[in-house]
Amino acid sequence: MSVMVKLRNKWSGKTALNKRREKSEGYEVASQWQLMWWKFRKHKLAMMALFVLAFLYLLAVFCEFLSPALPQQRFTAYKNAPPTKIHFYDKKTGFSFRPFVYDYKQKVNPKTFLRTFTEVKTEKYPIYFFVKGPKYKFWGLFETDIHLFGLKAKNKPLFLMGTDDLGRDLLTRILYGGRISLSFGLLGIVFTLFLGLILGGISGYLGGVTDTIIQRLIDLLICLPTIPLWMALAAALPRDWSSAQIYFGMLLIFSVIGWTELARVVRGKILALREEDFTMAARLAGASDMRIIMKHLVPSFASYIIVVVTLAIPGTILGETALSFLGLGLQPPVVSWGVLLQDAQNLETLAHHPWLLWPAAFIIVTVLMFNFLGDGLRDAADPYK
Amino acid sequence: MLNFIGYRVLQLIPLLIAISIIVFFIIQLPPGDFLTSYIQQLELSGTDVAQSAIISLKQQYGLDQPLYMQYFIWLKNIILHGDLGRSFQWNQPVTQVIGERLALTMAISISTLIFVWIVAIPIGIYSATHQYSFLDYLFTFIGFIGLAVPGFLIALILVYVVFVNTGVSITGLFSPEFQSAPWSWDKFMNMLPRIWLPIVVIGMAGTAGLIRLTRGLLLDELQKQYVITARAKGVGEKKLLFKYPVRMAINPLISTIGWTLPGIISGEAIVSIVLNLPTTGPILLKALMFQDMYLAGSFILILSVLTVIGTLLSDILLVMIDPRIKFGGVQE
Repeated sequence: MSVMVKLRNKWSGKTALNKRREKSEGYEVASQWQLMWWKFRKHKLAMMALFVLAFLYLLAVFCEFLSPALPQQRFTAYKNAPPTKIHFYDKKTGFSFRPFVYDYKQKVNPKTFLRTFTEVKTEKYPIYFFVKGPKYKFWGLFETDIHLFGLKAKNKPLFLMGTDDLGRDLLTRILYGGRISLSFGLLGIVFTLFLGLILGGISGYLGGVTDTIIQRLIDLLICLPTIPLWMALAAALPRDWSSAQIYFGMLLIFSVIGWTELARVVRGKILALREEDFTMAARLAGASDMRIIMKHLVPSFASYIIVVVTLAIPGTILGETALSFLGLGLQPPVVSWGVLLQDAQNLETLAHHPWLLWPAAFIIVTVLMFNFLGDGLRDAADPYK
Repeated sequence: MLNFIGYRVLQLIPLLIAISIIVFFIIQLPPGDFLTSYIQQLELSGTDVAQSAIISLKQQYGLDQPLYMQYFIWLKNIILHGDLGRSFQWNQPVTQVIGERLALTMAISISTLIFVWIVAIPIGIYSATHQYSFLDYLFTFIGFIGLAVPGFLIALILVYVVFVNTGVSITGLFSPEFQSAPWSWDKFMNMLPRIWLPIVVIGMAGTAGLIRLTRGLLLDELQKQYVITARAKGVGEKKLLFKYPVRMAINPLISTIGWTLPGIISGEAIVSIVLNLPTTGPILLKALMFQDMYLAGSFILILSVLTVIGTLLSDILLVMIDPRIKFGGVQE
């Protein structure tokens, strides 16, 4: 719409006054969602968050292709190796546009038995795009061995974020873990949304005893300390379940406890909107209950739902991370950010291998971005203010 | 006033019953009852279990009866005898295992709540009266991080940073020589320099939320007519601020204890695991790992009940502070 107006102005060469009039007319005829988008666009932090999150989700979607190794692949010669430095300058050959890495030499301190790695600057291993690496099944559909970047030499170190104690590439594992952790946030919210909409909707629309019961249930769930409750329920998941079953079991646990906030918003909005003039007008015009709900009520509070949902996603991601971190949630060999952080639990390990904290950085960025996004959405949710 | 308190206490009863049902459900979740695992444990360690001992234990916990009867027996034992069941992992009654750790958890949680208030309210007032100043932006930014990043990650990173820079491990609450010593003045003094870290870490989220809340509420208040009127009549700025708008803005702070306190207790559980504090968190985790369900369930039961009581106290406090709510709010 706005693009059309701009284009028309450009071609017809209108005066500034006319332009302003056009613009204000644009506002008058714009739909609610368009107004929201215009308002959201002005929130710079939220726009940035949107791009960062899109980027993170893209990383998770294409993790097989983007990661240089496989999550379970062990580089036995490079256990607990620090992040590989990427070089452009070599003493012998000088500057090269193609980045390259050096091999590592491992030394064991005879007293402390600590491994230290030093670069062997004799041979360069250049980094190429679209190299053939270990085979994988892309999205479980077709087999290929093309990776976005890597070394042509086999079993040489390209560990941009270091390796863990089994010699597995941390960057690869973080990318694969992102797929689990990030999808957990989205899927978790689907179940929560389902429960919240239905229970909140029933509560607001029916009122009476049903409303009271659901409200008391919400009161009860709010006053329980969530983390101990999550821990107990997650620990009760049968030990012989497959990792997929545990994943969905945890989704259910979070939804069953976490739908209250959403149900409250839905109920509050329905209660308020039921009394609005436009609802009365629609009813007098002979619209059915269903039509009033779907055509008039739901669009009026959909934007608030989106805000609550956006702000609830990081909570779910953090919940999964916390439980997996404690060893009650997803278990290795499944890779999630929480599972990866298990390695960082031990202070001694952490002090010597600080790169094990990288998953925390990803978690923090994701959660912060969701909060920024939710904040921007909240400002935009009511465009008539 | 007494009426109000009585009414609120009566309201608690169904809530407490619901909590007890949930906890009992959690205790029953893992396959097999605790007695089977207990006997297995004993047999593994080479102890012969006398048949009479099994039967007496069975009767004590009503394990030979249907599930709903077990629930009532469990509840009766708690209410009449304060008996929360037996922890087979520690081979002790649950109450003995929990005792001191629970006290520490409560001490830390309440200190955290006070810390949150002491820090958040002045900052919130400052931010509202100096809107869009540099410090306001700074506090908003810190608040955002505190709200978004969970305590256990902050704890993890803090412990790492302090360890790398000073070589001191700041986990635990006491230095080694006091760890299993009985309580004494020295032990208490030993705890003081270490207890602030968990308090700050656990309080981060609550502080951040409360700063935002205070700021928002006070900003709303400051725009109201009565403030303008008071200013027009020549009331000094300080008096004007603290006599009316601040008092108005602080009210909801007390009513939010209902969700601040569960948040703090919840956060304490996981931060204490990372920081290895001698509180309920690590024990709860261990109990869950070993499916020592009476112990785990008791923790959840007690933490929930304490939260509910905290909420009740906050409601009563609110009525004492704000006379407008006194009786009108009850009927609603």
